[in-house]
Amino acid sequence: MTTTVSAPSLVAHPWLGFAVRRLGRLVGSVLILVSAAFLMIHLIPGDPVRGALGPAAAQSLVDAQRASLGLDDPLWQQYLNFLHHLVTGNLGTSITTGLPVSDVIRDRLPATVELAVAAFLVAVLIAVPLGLAMGVLTRGGRRPRAELGFTSTAVVLAAIPEFLLAVGLVYVFAVTLHWFPVAGRGGVASYVLPVLSLAVGPAAVLARICRVELLAVLQTDYLRTARAKRLPAPAIYLRHALPNAVTATITLGGLLLGGMVAGTVLVENVFGWPGLGSTIVSSIIAKDYPLVQGVVLVYGVGVLLVNLAVDVTLALLDPRSTIRES
Amino acid sequence: MSELRFEGVTVRYGRALTAVDGVDLTVPAGQVVGLVGESGSGKSTLARAAVGLAEPAGGQILLNDVPLHHRPGARRPLQMVFQDPYSSLDPRMTIGDSIAEAMPRGPREPRGPSRRDEVVRLLELVGLDADRVSAYPGALSGGQRQRVAIARALAGKPEVLIADEITSALDVSIQGTVLNLVRTLQRELRLSMLFISHNLAVVRYVSDIVAVMYLGRIVEVGPARDVLGNPQHPYTKELLAAAPRRGSTALPPPDEALVADAEPADPHHPPVGCRFHPRCPIGPLIRTDREHCLTLDPTAEADHRLHRAACHHAAGVLRAVGSNPPVLMQLKEDSQ
Amino acid sequence: MRRWMAVLRTPVGAGAGLLLLGVLLLAVFAPVLWSHQANAIDTDHLLQGSSAEHWLGTDNLGRDIFYRVLVASRTSILLALLATSIAVVTGLALGSAPAILGKRGGRAATAVVNIAVAFPGLLLALFFAVVFGVGAKGAVLAIGFAGAPSFARLTQTLIAGVAERDFIAAARIAGVGRFRMLVRHILPNIAEPLVVNATIGAGGTLLAFAGLSFIGLGVQPPAYDWGRMLGESLSGIYVHPAAALAPGVAVVIAGLAFNLFGEAVAKGFGVQVPRTRWTDRTPEATPARDDDNDAVLVVEDLHVTFPGPVTPVRGVSFTIHKGEIVGVVGESGSGKSLTALAVAQLIEPPGQVRAAELSFLGAPLLGRLPVRSTAAVRRRLLGTSFAMVFQDPMTSFNPTKRIGVQLAEGAREHQGLTRRAAMDRAIDRLRAVRVPAAERRARQYPHEFSGGMRQRAMIGMGLMGAPALIVADEPTTALDVTVQRQVLRLLETIRTEDDVAVLLISHDISVVAQICDRVLVMYAGRIVEDLPSTELATGARHPYTRALLAAVPDLDTALDEPLAVIPGRPVDPARMPEGCAFAARCAFASDRCRVEDPVLIDQVACWHPQAQAEYSNFRTGQR
Repeated sequence: MTTTVSAPSLVAHPWLGFAVRRLGRLVGSVLILVSAAFLMIHLIPGDPVRGALGPAAAQSLVDAQRASLGLDDPLWQQYLNFLHHLVTGNLGTSITTGLPVSDVIRDRLPATVELAVAAFLVAVLIAVPLGLAMGVLTRGGRRPRAELGFTSTAVVLAAIPEFLLAVGLVYVFAVTLHWFPVAGRGGVASYVLPVLSLAVGPAAVLARICRVELLAVLQTDYLRTARAKRLPAPAIYLRHALPNAVTATITLGGLLLGGMVAGTVLVENVFGWPGLGSTIVSSIIAKDYPLVQGVVLVYGVGVLLVNLAVDVTLALLDPRSTIRES
Repeated sequence: MSELRFEGVTVRYGRALTAVDGVDLTVPAGQVVGLVGESGSGKSTLARAAVGLAEPAGGQILLNDVPLHHRPGARRPLQMVFQDPYSSLDPRMTIGDSIAEAMPRGPREPRGPSRRDEVVRLLELVGLDADRVSAYPGALSGGQRQRVAIARALAGKPEVLIADEITSALDVSIQGTVLNLVRTLQRELRLSMLFISHNLAVVRYVSDIVAVMYLGRIVEVGPARDVLGNPQHPYTKELLAAAPRRGSTALPPPDEALVADAEPADPHHPPVGCRFHPRCPIGPLIRTDREHCLTLDPTAEADHRLHRAACHHAAGVLRAVGSNPPVLMQLKEDSQ
Repeated sequence: MRRWMAVLRTPVGAGAGLLLLGVLLLAVFAPVLWSHQANAIDTDHLLQGSSAEHWLGTDNLGRDIFYRVLVASRTSILLALLATSIAVVTGLALGSAPAILGKRGGRAATAVVNIAVAFPGLLLALFFAVVFGVGAKGAVLAIGFAGAPSFARLTQTLIAGVAERDFIAAARIAGVGRFRMLVRHILPNIAEPLVVNATIGAGGTLLAFAGLSFIGLGVQPPAYDWGRMLGESLSGIYVHPAAALAPGVAVVIAGLAFNLFGEAVAKGFGVQVPRTRWTDRTPEATPARDDDNDAVLVVEDLHVTFPGPVTPVRGVSFTIHKGEIVGVVGESGSGKSLTALAVAQLIEPPGQVRAAELSFLGAPLLGRLPVRSTAAVRRRLLGTSFAMVFQDPMTSFNPTKRIGVQLAEGAREHQGLTRRAAMDRAIDRLRAVRVPAAERRARQYPHEFSGGMRQRAMIGMGLMGAPALIVADEPTTALDVTVQRQVLRLLETIRTEDDVAVLLISHDISVVAQICDRVLVMYAGRIVEDLPSTELATGARHPYTRALLAAVPDLDTALDEPLAVIPGRPVDPARMPEGCAFAARCAFASDRCRVEDPVLIDQVACWHPQAQAEYSNFRTGQR
């Protein structure tokens, strides 16, 4: 009668707290990312403009370029300008092409996003069911040979980096069999090889983790409780084991998605994919720093958004996570 | 032989949780004070504050009237034996090294071979063979590990020994040997000791003085025989009723229905007034006229009652009116 | 060291070890042996396919690709190892900073790691590649620093795991300084996982480095590594696939060598599951005897075996009647909890349960049933009439489901109730076990319940059907004494009101004495004594029962004499002695006890059962 458990505060406050904490972290991370991208140019030893234009360029040309980039202003002034430009959507001008960086990014971003999202979906759709099924089949030391085969295949596949897999796939399916185009972005067929080379490694990792997580959940006391309730096997696996096994998988899936965003850099180079990945490599080699800055920012923000999505999903799935986090 | 005194000690974890709330407690020289209470009552936190593992937010801890200051890397005059012997010994260190590490270092302390002799002496003191010096904890049983932990604590030449639930992780057949060892050592070495346990029967067996803790406060303290023979606080009575008696084969009679199924209080949200009132069998839930229990903190007047009982309705009231106003003031401040 | 050797003796470990050794030897000796062949320019054979002279053909300057791949191993592996060491050293420093710097500095280091670890390594590597410039040196630094955050996070996690342990607190109390603490106590305890992860990390670094060289940001001409060779030959993959594939294969093999070796070591250091095959020796179901109408549970010669083989339960027999509370006491390793789980059919493979008879309400529980529908009938019977209460109420509920749903679930399954009706029943049952505000509580998650309330809810879950038996495995051990009493009383009330039988497992003989009608004392997988709880204090005849009673202090223990003790330690189920398992610790053991195993005759399994008068002798007999 007097046992006072403040139910409303338990429901409302953690979510508010969670939102505030999470947004705070996002803003902090974005600030650090922006500062790092800004400082990147200033950390390079020597004069970046001279580096970009080469030793043969006339001094007057270098000076003009420096002035147009604002590199002669005091550092804090440059930082404020940089922030101001960012807010107005102005990412500067590419040194090599003279085009606005924002135009280049707008032009190239969709190709990269398509690639990453498609690869992520393929990886998850293959890995999660496969990992869970293997977990069920090999629980409690059952089918040791299947377990060994699964684990070693997964280890080997996960150890092959995406660009090598890409080369191998190109050789087999494009050069030898002529099933898919060697490079370029055209019809559906042109997506198959890039998406596969990006998806296989993460899928192997994810499937392994899924299996391990499921096995861990099968060992828990609450699963024993579910068995003690004499529920049929599908109910035990689908209702009790799955939701708990999937929470850890989501955390890892988020990390892998972040990794895939970065992995596009290499894969795009193999396939000559007209995305941000090939842009960043060519601009680093060409020392086109404004363009590098812009692309790094886009990649960084992409990763941060993926992390945010993961945290929100976890909070929705697991009622404890909002409270646990602090 | 030294006296350990807690004066108005408060320990907080973060902003939300006050684990220990204005505790006054004295461990007299050469005596054993047994501290009982349920989980979350703050008894382990009090111990951790004494050895410097938790920082008090208020009050002070005095050793022979001198406030304790713990500096990292300095020798500590208080040593502690932990609950879980599987966690309290470094698995990568021989037990000889573990014990030697706790020995005071300094120009006047033994070195080299005599240090080794001291380790052997300590091992034999706790009833282990000298050839165990180079054994790793993995080769020992739980009871043997707990003996090593005791030897390590003694190696630090402690002025006060703190034992935190040292038998609760052991099998019942082993528990007795460790309790016997602790009692013998305490008597032989005349150690001052704070002995913490949730088990009243164990505390009774080793202690000269018994203190009962509830939700961060001492609710009753006095000589063991008196507190157990003539408990003043209803919580002490409840603990006594729950403790096993020789040959008892039935559950004790149920409490009044209203408090029988009360939930244990949440240390994050301690009740106002008397902290025990939501569970008290002689409190406002049963006796509706006792409304003051809901608002008035009985800790303030505890010094006037027998066993310093924190209960408005404790039977024994001390006649002596020579109260101590400053202490009372402090207690009131802490209770806010 | 012994464990490293054990890893090398497994097939995977040995294979990976050999492979790794080969790769490392190649890196050391290949440039010494074949540099000449690799650099020899043959303008007559530019970009040729494989031939007897050039196994894998030649590159655009006519150099032999096979030898170039071999020679490139040194650069590739050396740079990868350099980058790995940078990652490990930086990561260790960042990760252990909190242990050395104290609170404030530690928090800053943790914040840096937390933010950096959110970005993929390749992205960090690109960032650093811009800063350090394009080239081998820049790439080593870039990949090294890019790998540091994840290694720092690993170090932090491992340190946090160790720092919680009491030996760290004990060392602090002993006056051990921060630096010595890190070096003597923390690092040795996390060294193994760190080494394993560094090995796996070296494989990853090798691949990442190849990637950077591949896109032209790593090793620059005239130097070459596998990545650069691959990148340069990619455009010619149509005409000359071997040039592109050979360095690729080399990278994968070298990366796998590191990876597999690390994985093998990690697996070897973890818990090993013995892989003995178990034949199903479960006897065919035998019909239950019908001479005992009152019996709820009949157990006859129950054995539980695990691969090893270890048999922690060795022939337990007992019968529980309607409305009876039977207690099972014993120390850890006595087999009491496994007995409860076996009876409840909750032993999972590779565990094996055998019994001459195991029947519940007259229905046999063991053995394969011929028809699927009978299996469903058995499941329904257990689901409605057989309730289980576990030790730890904190972990025994599914954390992601509301309490009410978890209670209702079984009733929907077995009693065919609708969602609404099952929920109503759940709320009613929560009320029955006296959970306050049951309706609101049913909508809460387990973490919003206190321990005692959760245990009530667990009992309430057992009451969803119409149980004939509640098996409670240490139901009060995780609870405070006062709450303990509430739960025990609840069980007793349920027994009295609904005539439910209870099998109560506990290590605490005083708990068992308070509520049970009958007590089974277990030692080393056997019942050694079976007696009414009223006779525990005076009528116990087995020396172990008596010792157990004497060893537990209660409020009437004499303060002036030492507690009775049982010498030695409980039997390890893997090393069961011959004869009576208790003989080594027993004051009355004779030669016969050490060779002949006593069986339960006349409620006691002992060659020298004690009579009441000898009780005091036992206590003195111990010293």
